Amino acid sequence: MTARVGVVTFPGSLDDRDALRAVKLAGAEPVALWHRDKDLHQVDAVVLPGGFSYGDYLRAGAISRFSPVMETIIEQARGGMPVLGICNGFQVLTESHLLPGAMLRNNHLHFVCKDQKLRVENNGTAWTSDYAPGQEIMIPLKNMDGRFTADRRTIDELEAEGRVVFRYLDGNPNGSIDDIAGITNAAGNVVGLMPHPEHAVDPIVGTGGTDGTGFFTSILKRLVNA
Amino acid sequence: MTLDTVKNAEQTPDVELPWAALGLKEDEYLRIREILGRRPTGAELAMYSVMWSEHCSYKSSKVHLRQFGEKAPQSDAMLVGIGENAGVVDVGQGYAVTFKIESHNHPSYVEPYQGAATGVGGIVRDIISMGARPVAVMDPLRFGAPDHPDTKRVLPGVVAGIGGYGNCLGLPNIGGEVVFDSCYQGNPLVNALAVGVMKHEDIHLAKASGAGNKVVLYGARTGGDGIGGASILASETFEGGTPTKRPAVQVGDPFQEKLLIECTLEAFRAQLVVGIQDLGAAGLSCATSELASNGSGGMRCDLDDVPLRDNTLTPEEILMSESQERMCAVVEPEKVDAFLAICEKWDVTATVIGEVTDGDRLEIFWHGEKIVDVDPRTVAHDGPVYERPYHRPSWQDALQADAPTAERLARPASGDELRAAVLQLVGSVNQADKSWITSQYDRFVLGNTVLAMPEDSGMIRVDESTNLGVAIATDGNGRYTKLDPYTGSQLALAEAYRNVAATGAKPLAVSDCLNFGSPEDPEVMWQFAEATRGLADGCLELGTPVTGGNVSLYNQTGTEAIHPTPVVAVLGVIDDVTRRTPMAFAEEGQLVYLLGTTEDELGGSAWAQVAHDHLGGLPPKLDLDREKLLAEILIAASRDGMIDAAHDLSDGGLIQALVESALKGEQGIRLIVPDGLDAFVFLFSESTGRAIVSVPRSEELRFTEMCGVRGLPATRIGVVDGDVIELQGQFTLPLAELREANTGVIEALLA
Repeated sequence: MTARVGVVTFPGSLDDRDALRAVKLAGAEPVALWHRDKDLHQVDAVVLPGGFSYGDYLRAGAISRFSPVMETIIEQARGGMPVLGICNGFQVLTESHLLPGAMLRNNHLHFVCKDQKLRVENNGTAWTSDYAPGQEIMIPLKNMDGRFTADRRTIDELEAEGRVVFRYLDGNPNGSIDDIAGITNAAGNVVGLMPHPEHAVDPIVGTGGTDGTGFFTSILKRLVNA
Repeated sequence: MTLDTVKNAEQTPDVELPWAALGLKEDEYLRIREILGRRPTGAELAMYSVMWSEHCSYKSSKVHLRQFGEKAPQSDAMLVGIGENAGVVDVGQGYAVTFKIESHNHPSYVEPYQGAATGVGGIVRDIISMGARPVAVMDPLRFGAPDHPDTKRVLPGVVAGIGGYGNCLGLPNIGGEVVFDSCYQGNPLVNALAVGVMKHEDIHLAKASGAGNKVVLYGARTGGDGIGGASILASETFEGGTPTKRPAVQVGDPFQEKLLIECTLEAFRAQLVVGIQDLGAAGLSCATSELASNGSGGMRCDLDDVPLRDNTLTPEEILMSESQERMCAVVEPEKVDAFLAICEKWDVTATVIGEVTDGDRLEIFWHGEKIVDVDPRTVAHDGPVYERPYHRPSWQDALQADAPTAERLARPASGDELRAAVLQLVGSVNQADKSWITSQYDRFVLGNTVLAMPEDSGMIRVDESTNLGVAIATDGNGRYTKLDPYTGSQLALAEAYRNVAATGAKPLAVSDCLNFGSPEDPEVMWQFAEATRGLADGCLELGTPVTGGNVSLYNQTGTEAIHPTPVVAVLGVIDDVTRRTPMAFAEEGQLVYLLGTTEDELGGSAWAQVAHDHLGGLPPKLDLDREKLLAEILIAASRDGMIDAAHDLSDGGLIQALVESALKGEQGIRLIVPDGLDAFVFLFSESTGRAIVSVPRSEELRFTEMCGVRGLPATRIGVVDGDVIELQGQFTLPLAELREANTGVIEALLA
């Protein structure tokens, strides 16, 4: 058997097709989900893709968070369904309070697009089990509002509980607190990060590497073995 | 205020109309009266004035542009030629590719962010109008002097605008150019290219046929922005001083455009569209008159049905508005509901504003009164055509005589002098690393970017299962073109052609953006005539037809015109993108070969500019047969795995290319000057028809034999090794020192 992994398209989602492709390349069954449809079509996990949903108007992720599909996703994520938020998807997750913190404008005030080195700090989540602890990976980063922030107590809690999943290496590209690139919830089923693993699954395009494939093989193994 | 209806115009023939303020000349106004047999209404005058503007009608350039059709080479690849929204090229496997380059120069000076942003938006809508999914954009840019305070206003705004729009729209930006020269101070050039992919059967054209079919306006609501953008802003010379034309610049909403792309492509897939036209320059005036004049019947529209964001707009303003993110589709009546449903799905406002009639008139109504009644052809296609006078500039001979010979311009001779000259060149703003700019553009989105800047061409995978791909490069050298416009435009063509071949793709077709000064200046017009003739002749010889493009005139402030700057985009196809050739020297021990012939050619060179601030002499000679041969060798070597890296030689010459390939691959090179060449000429000459390649030792014999048999000079000049660039007996330059000189230059300018 295989697993069904849904990818939500909001108005303004841009990397939805890339995420569907990454799911497929990993061997899972990709399922396109529509923001207006509350029905998740029996998917076992969900990816909230990158982009500029609703043009990032008001605040990145602030409008998408109220879409019908998010009602179901929020409910099922609290029940343990794995959810991965990439870039704009991470912003939707913090706006939905499935993950703590928020994203500010990059400290240099420019959009930045680059190959970014990360360290996998926690391979115990639903989306990172195929990585070794401390593994260094190269994943494209591209955003305007990527500076993760939270109050000190939340940061201390995240650090203490090992919930910082990814950290930027070789220079912080946006000024995020403690070089944080991605985090998870306490249960480890919801993960959000700013870099784009779906752009690092095919050696001929993107960074020219496949360091992002592990996200999608991790979830496949977990779902198939569940 | 009384409404100026057709009836009113008939009854009041002597009313004075503001034709001059709308940019029309007196004889043009009289011609409109003659066509109509009466005075135009205010709305008709608005339509004619925008559609007959230089920007929309090409009235000064048309007589020269005809050569692109007359001299077009035989090509099996052309599916749709000049005249449609964009040309379409067959790339095999049932795929067609459409691409086009356009200017958004004037608005980008007045309001850099929105000017540049809407330039991206406009060219992307041209691509959607053909039925294609846009897959990438590129931006060739020209700015004024790097140390001029206004460059600090224009450059960051333009870059943020391109990024802000393109990134949000979700199209990878895969290349372009950035050039600084004080001649662009008051007239920066912001050209935008977009490329789209479709299946052959999905090609759509801008025409309204079939009486009873509905005209649907969809996308953003119409506002007061951009009124007169094309006619006033893009069709007149800037006077010195502060820009005052800000209200004529449009404001873009990339989110709306993203929805428009998805909605339009879905409507195409469902076969709901008979004809389609985007609303760009001249807005609704253009869309209605072009759709109607290209179709078989007439058209009737009701402006009361146009959704407005400002309900105080007059009908004239509605017709002239250049509000962005709008499209016009012609839909069969029984399919209108399905079309509107798709628009609703994507939250796109859509309204039926009229229908195709079986007459031959375009009639537009406001509050039930007829305010426009014209033959649409007279608006869209029968604009004035000028045979502008032109003559060779009086200063041209003196400029060409001022050649940068060794006697006139001191050349570095010793190893230390050469070393210093290399550092000065690679650290100069035009030769420096541009990643401060390009890292503000998303190059990954859509997941098919095989190559992006600073590679010689951008490359996009078209089909994941077969690895079919396309490559595109844009080039233009205003300095060369100033020295000799005929050769200059051919050099731009040759460079883009070479860049495409350097990545392993076969060049197929051309789109051009011709940026010049005022056509009313006979010397500028001569530059235009010569450059156009050169480009048409060059395309014929290379077998790459011009599929479309854009002319931008009046790029001058007062009497100071920009350098004539034809920017040429070449599109190529590659059967297997996994065979592409990158520019970086990646493997130690590989052999570096220089392909082509190097002569003492420094006229218009980067070295002459950087070392002596000199522009004179003649540009490098061009041999298009040699360019073809070089391209064939580069493509064959890529396909058969004989080379691991290739980089085209252009401005800055050999040393610039070597430094770029070395820094990108983080590999040094040990170099020797070939017998019979002067070290300075070897390093800095800009002779054309050249490239460097790195060849694995196991492939050396096969590669050199191929070059020998085909008659292409291939000279072994070094080996990839270590972490320095060493020119034997002359100098050693550590990569770290080169990187230090080559990077951070743009940041430092803007700091």
